[in-house]
Amino acid sequence: MPAQLESGVNANDELFRTEVQQFLAANFPEDLKGKGNPLAGLEGPTNETDQQRKWREAVGQRGWGTPTWPKEYGGGGLSKAQAKILDHEMIKVGAFNPIGGMGVMMFGPTLLEYGDEKQKREHIPPICRGEIRWCQGYSEPNAGSDLANLQTFAADKGDHYLVNGQKTWTSGGQWADKCFAIVRTDRSDKHNGISFMLIDMDSPGVEVRPITMISGTSPFCETFFTDVKVPKKNLVGEEGQGWTIGKRLLQHERTNISGGGSLAGMMGQSVGAIAKKYCEADSDGALYDKVLRDKIADLEIRWNSFLHTVRRALQESKAQGGVSEISSVLKKLGTKLSQERSELLIEIRGLQGLGWEGEQFTDGELEDVRGWLFGKAATIYGGSTEIQNNIIAKRVLGMLDHQ
Amino acid sequence: MAVLNEEQEMLRSMARDWATNESPISEFRKVRAAGEPKAYNADSYAMMAKMGWAGIIIPEAHGGSDFGFLSAGLVVEELGKTLTASPLVVSTIVASAIVLGGSDQQKAKWLPKLASGETVATLAVDEGPHYDPSAIETNVSDGKLTGKKAFVHEAHGADLFLVAAKDGLYLVARDDSVSLVTRKLTDQRSHADVSFNGAAAEKLEGGGVSLLDDVLDRARVLSAAEMLGMAQAVFDTTLDYLTQRVQFNQVLATFQALQHRMADLFADLAQMRSAVEAGLQAVDGGFGVARAATIAKAEANRVLNVISNQGIQLHGGIGMTDEYDVGFYLKRARVLEASWGSTSYLRNRFALLSGY
Repeated sequence: MPAQLESGVNANDELFRTEVQQFLAANFPEDLKGKGNPLAGLEGPTNETDQQRKWREAVGQRGWGTPTWPKEYGGGGLSKAQAKILDHEMIKVGAFNPIGGMGVMMFGPTLLEYGDEKQKREHIPPICRGEIRWCQGYSEPNAGSDLANLQTFAADKGDHYLVNGQKTWTSGGQWADKCFAIVRTDRSDKHNGISFMLIDMDSPGVEVRPITMISGTSPFCETFFTDVKVPKKNLVGEEGQGWTIGKRLLQHERTNISGGGSLAGMMGQSVGAIAKKYCEADSDGALYDKVLRDKIADLEIRWNSFLHTVRRALQESKAQGGVSEISSVLKKLGTKLSQERSELLIEIRGLQGLGWEGEQFTDGELEDVRGWLFGKAATIYGGSTEIQNNIIAKRVLGMLDHQ
Repeated sequence: MAVLNEEQEMLRSMARDWATNESPISEFRKVRAAGEPKAYNADSYAMMAKMGWAGIIIPEAHGGSDFGFLSAGLVVEELGKTLTASPLVVSTIVASAIVLGGSDQQKAKWLPKLASGETVATLAVDEGPHYDPSAIETNVSDGKLTGKKAFVHEAHGADLFLVAAKDGLYLVARDDSVSLVTRKLTDQRSHADVSFNGAAAEKLEGGGVSLLDDVLDRARVLSAAEMLGMAQAVFDTTLDYLTQRVQFNQVLATFQALQHRMADLFADLAQMRSAVEAGLQAVDGGFGVARAATIAKAEANRVLNVISNQGIQLHGGIGMTDEYDVGFYLKRARVLEASWGSTSYLRNRFALLSGY
């Protein structure tokens, strides 16, 4: 008998818990314990080990990587309560969900809502099995914050479209198998001239060039389309409906960036606990450097109240059946606090916290340095902080347009 | 706003209506003009008690409604919006101390009177200008309490004092052995240095070694709720002003510099509300109270400080005048920021609770 049942759990769910425990005991390799999820990133299963592959296949076969998606398309078909149990049991044994990426976070939910039956049967099951890596063809050199200004054009050629143009900031473009893109099918109408279509990245005429970032990594690409043939069956929704579908997908993106998607993932290790490893403390365990200690406490207090805010937004939207008024501030607050946390970790570690490479640095130290640099993007992508401020001022506070 | 039940929704809307209609800031101006040391309107407090607000955290068996701290916080927040002067917060804290640490006899003796508003109580902890419950000299021998307490809130109207002595918390009913020296602070409310010269004192024997901390955590979350109301009121008033005031042939609200500053304040206010509500809910749930109360008061201090300053700045010169209300919030804000834990005190406490 577990000490406490999660809310909404009944006796059948307890049987399910046993099933999960047995599955984990039989399938989760001990060696992968506590390693986080190397497969959920943009590279997906590019360099996976044998053990990682076996684990991914075991979870994918049951659809448990996408636990609440419909069973008929390869999802787990689980109730929310069961999904929670699955999550808890995985955490207990240090396991992770090996299915992830943009297909799971953004594209899948959107296709389930807007795709036709054939499209769902073709594209959802491979996402559930973690076999296909999707990338996002949205931004262009002249369509960033003003996304609807996009110019990549899909010309109607009867049974197919002929696509020409350039996308940029294509996350994981160099590893992706397929791309969900918004392209222009009508030049006479800014918003209603946009369509949502699916492009095979190995089609002739697709060229991908990785962009090296200040963090030394190249998670984004420039993607060029030159006379790329896209079959008509790859159009999602109607022609001209792309802006609506594309915006819906962005809602999934924002939820994920702000941390609304995975609250647990944002907890991280306490900055105070990390500081105790690098800085001296007195016999009571209090850090000697009182100025630094004060800074850490200040950040952690604000971090905690941000987590309370995420929880409150979730509760409010559940109760109201709509989006909470404060959801618009989550992205702005969460990304800023993450950046402050990264800066503080560097200060705590001194020059040991600025390592670029080399065995004298721990993996954690090196990851945090790259994370600190790459984290500067968080206040820019997904609607910059300045755009969020405009949205809050105009839509929430009703301050008038400055134009 | 936390998700409320029906009783709480009713309570909040009743408090909002009463504060708006019966206790707008013009009422506080009258209190200030009257210049009485106790600095609140006794009829107002009697009315509040009649509506059940003085007994929200008191068990039903002792004349209260036992709705809990989140409910008390809803009322206090609404009163904070209009700067309603009353001993409601401190009286509620003393009641909570008796609930936590009092004997059956003490509960039966004091709680019904506190719930009905017949008795007004306050807490006397600090002995200097800084909040520091570890530096207490007040002592008790043979049931007689002697010591000097500084800047006691609502002292002039209090019939009952909850006094922190070296060895615990005591109840002292006001008599000739208790003397007051008025300390007039910027908020124009009742504050006094209170001397106890061998005053008859009854100890709160229950509640364990953490009783003082537990009571002060309740003081922190309830003060934070008052501060939340104040911050919300300053924000709303300022937003309203920006949408009216015209300069350069434009309404101020159309300037992007001001829009973005208001977006920042809105985000801060959202965080403050989450922290304060989480603190109140932690007290009701009885779990993680010290940590949640520390976060609640620290966030209240930080955000109210910023918003009370920006309220003046964004109003411009008119905000500097006594005729405008926004300055009252600034003057009350700093008094509450310094009470039951300044920002530096709370950061230190958070670090200690977190083990660094």
